[in-house]
Order: sequence, then C-alpha cells, then structure tokens
Amino acid sequence: MKVKYFAWMKRTVGVAEEDVTPPADVRTVGDLVTWLRQRSGGHAEALAEGAAFGAAVDQRTATFDAPIGGAREVAFFPPFTGG
Amino acid sequence: MAVRIQEADFDTGAELDRITKGNKKIGGLAVFVGLVREMHVREGLHRDRIDALTLEHYPGMTETALADIEAEAKRRWPLEATLIVHRYGRLEAGERIVLVVVGSAHREAAFEACEFLVDWLKTKAPFWKLEETPAGEKWVGAHDGDDAAAARWEKNRP
Repeated sequence: MKVKYFAWMKRTVGVAEEDVTPPADVRTVGDLVTWLRQRSGGHAEALAEGAAFGAAVDQRTATFDAPIGGAREVAFFPPFTGG
Repeated sequence: MAVRIQEADFDTGAELDRITKGNKKIGGLAVFVGLVREMHVREGLHRDRIDALTLEHYPGMTETALADIEAEAKRRWPLEATLIVHRYGRLEAGERIVLVVVGSAHREAAFEACEFLVDWLKTKAPFWKLEETPAGEKWVGAHDGDDAAAARWEKNRP
C-alpha cells in the first residue's frame, strides 16, 4: 500500500510517499496512523495525537474509522487552504 | 461542466467567451476570480509581508474532489455551464489563483451556485498554501471563517 503525505506533514515525515505493508491487524485509517508512528521520529511527530490532520483512502476523504482493507493509497494532510 | 488544474495562468475573458459560445440558453454568468493578495500579518512590520505563495495539491484527488463539488452544484441549481480552473505552484502577489464561472438561465442560480462552489472548494479540495515572507516560509492554517461559510450550505439547501 502506498502512503502519501502533504504540506508540512511531508516535510516532518521526510518523504512525500512510501510503500508500506502493515500487518493484518491494521484494519482502519486510525490503526494505520498508530502503526506508522513507530516508523521514525518524523512520523511520530507528524501523526501525533492531537495534531490537526485528515486522511483520504484511494483519493477520497475518509474518517479515521474507515477500513483500509484493499486500499491502494492512503494519504495524510493538514486542513485544506485552497481557493 | 469542466474542472482544470494547471500551473499556467488563465485568460478570464477567453474562458468566458468559450463558455457562452454555442449555448444561447445562458442568461448570465457569475464569475469569481481569486488572487494572491499582498498581506501584512502585522500591519507595519515589513518582515511579515507575504510576497508570494506556493500552492501544493494532491494530483488525482484534486480533480475528483472538484468534480464532486461541481456535480453537487448541478444537483442543487439549474445550471447551463460551470468551470473551475485552479492553479498550483509558485504565485506572486497580484497573480490569479482560481477561476469559478457559473452560467445559468437566471442570475439567482448563477450567483448562489458560484458562491457555493467557492466556499466548498476552499474546504473540500486538497490544496495547501505555503507563504513566503521576508522572515521565511510558513504554511497557512485553515480559517474558521471558511469552515463556517462552507457549513451554511450543508443546511440551506435550495
């Protein structure tokens, strides 16, 4: 599964995207966040509890209880500031 | 009905001509052009002046999100045409960022749908602004006012 990071989260994590293979008990976006935090200090900081960020599963906005089984791409990003 | 994400500038007049050409049912166009404005975070302090910004987006999701927003506008109002052009990359103060055009038989639908599209794209399309100031770079935070503007359309369905 591909994980993408945007805006300040990309700089804090240190990469724009990475390929990961989470274990079978990582079932939701929230599970994935918890699992990704262990990868590095940058991950832990960007995905910290209380940090303001959202997620998308296969390019559609998703809540943290959304399942990720079968997902090809999960993205994390700060609140949108376009327009 | 069209959505375009591009680094290049757009020609507002040419875009409007293209929309109206060949569709004589359009009685009016409502147009919004968003620009990079020179801002002073704290008035009088030169180091806080914002000279330019870089717009980052999520290729793929951006197009889907804008198409969804456009489809929602079409469900709510009788529209003949819509166009959203959103730029990305580095933009200096005074440059155009976004163009939203809505064509309808009557002005009420055009005005309302245009405002709806701008409000929703600010909060539902994956764009992020990085500001350049003489003191360094700074990611723009989300505005509570934008959330409130977008939220009113959740309740007031015409």
